[in-house]
Amino acid sequence: MMHTSDIAIVGGGPAGLSAAIVAAEQGHRTLVIDRQTVLGGQLIKQTHRFFGSKAQHAGTRGFEIGKALAAQVSGNANTDVWLDSTVIGYYREDGILLVERPQGLATVKADRIILATGASEKALAFPNNDLPGVYGAGAVQTLMNVHGVLPGQRAVMIGAGNIGLIVGYQLIQAGVQVVAVIEAAPRVGGYWVHAAKLARAGVPIHTSSTVVEALGEESVRGVRVVKVDSAWRAIPGSEFELDCDLVCLAVGLSPLVELAVLAGCEIAYVPELGGYVPWHDQEMQTTVPGIFVAGDAGGVEEASSAMVGGELAGLAAANSLRPFAGHGERMSSAREALAALRAGPTADKVRGGFAKLAAARQGRCST
Amino acid sequence: MRITQHPILDYPPKREVRFTFEGREITGYEGEPIAAALHAAGVRLLRETPKGRPRGLFCAIGNCSSCYVVVDGVSNVRSCVEPLRDGMVVARQIGHGTLPEAVDHDAHQ
Repeated sequence: MMHTSDIAIVGGGPAGLSAAIVAAEQGHRTLVIDRQTVLGGQLIKQTHRFFGSKAQHAGTRGFEIGKALAAQVSGNANTDVWLDSTVIGYYREDGILLVERPQGLATVKADRIILATGASEKALAFPNNDLPGVYGAGAVQTLMNVHGVLPGQRAVMIGAGNIGLIVGYQLIQAGVQVVAVIEAAPRVGGYWVHAAKLARAGVPIHTSSTVVEALGEESVRGVRVVKVDSAWRAIPGSEFELDCDLVCLAVGLSPLVELAVLAGCEIAYVPELGGYVPWHDQEMQTTVPGIFVAGDAGGVEEASSAMVGGELAGLAAANSLRPFAGHGERMSSAREALAALRAGPTADKVRGGFAKLAAARQGRCST
Repeated sequence: MRITQHPILDYPPKREVRFTFEGREITGYEGEPIAAALHAAGVRLLRETPKGRPRGLFCAIGNCSSCYVVVDGVSNVRSCVEPLRDGMVVARQIGHGTLPEAVDHDAHQ
């Protein structure tokens, strides 16, 4: 049977839930579809306290923010939640989503669709990067913080961005020895407050260094590391080995854009935002009218900005269905919040990425 | 290994269930991903690729295909998201998966 809805939201993470809250608030029948069995997306494994301002739950731990957003969405009479449900198709001709549910296949026809599908972890190319014991940083978080299982005993973290630093500290909190953090750039990319926690715990952070190969037969028993010069070339004679049974890759994320591609949204390649990104305007609308994007799916950033982006998409989608009073003010204050989150040197890359995306759109529109 | 003490998180007790992996009996928690129970039991080698490469868990959220195992005869099961049930028979996946009910082509000729 076909399910109809005013607004269908694919993904129940920080962006999707924030979109659902504002959309349902305007009286629209909203459907949130998520492939996991709990709402919250990757917030469920974030144990650190968030930054930003009060509006983005600063000072609260990520998993608690996830619970609060999920409760708000689940408790709303205008909102349906489908869990354990994966959107596996989109038919352009009639705008129908195909969803795989535990009880079988379902179709959804919605007037507006918000893609909040998140991102997947990037791998790094080096020999033996596929050995058991080489994990994405998110996988390590999921194992420890959601399932209470240790991924190993001695860890080497690759990447000193915020994810690498935060997960490095979470490994220590769970009782894993962090042998070192390896970072190819000449300086730490994440917030100093996170780096300081590792430094206080005595973890060396090797900047201008990269992994040459993982060692081991059936699983990882170490890594070989080399220093790199300012042009990222390996410096001969600078190689050293580290013993570990766990290599954690925190080298970035790529937006999950399959549905956007399937729907015919124009896609731009913006490495600063994680790779292929659906073009979207200030209202978070893609080049396909009625399809919006929010959160990491529209450019990899942080959970805080994903929440604000979700709010923008939810407000815009709701207003496009039925204009409401105060829409303009709420959009501008959300945009201001986003600008504040993107202020500061650690967000240089993201700001540059969105500028590039906007320029690519203009170039496209003028031709 | 299981985390028994954590400065921030509590792990609420869950019901224990038994399953087998490669014939070995293992105890895990009902509803946790199969891969979590295997990790807790020290098993990280989950699959062998068609080219003979050992593979384990990589993303843990169902995005990649690194952790495929065979569960009750069904191939290509993502052990990172498939909930553990009592009595499951789990095996390493060697090479490509096979269809659950393999068709005997000779019999139809």
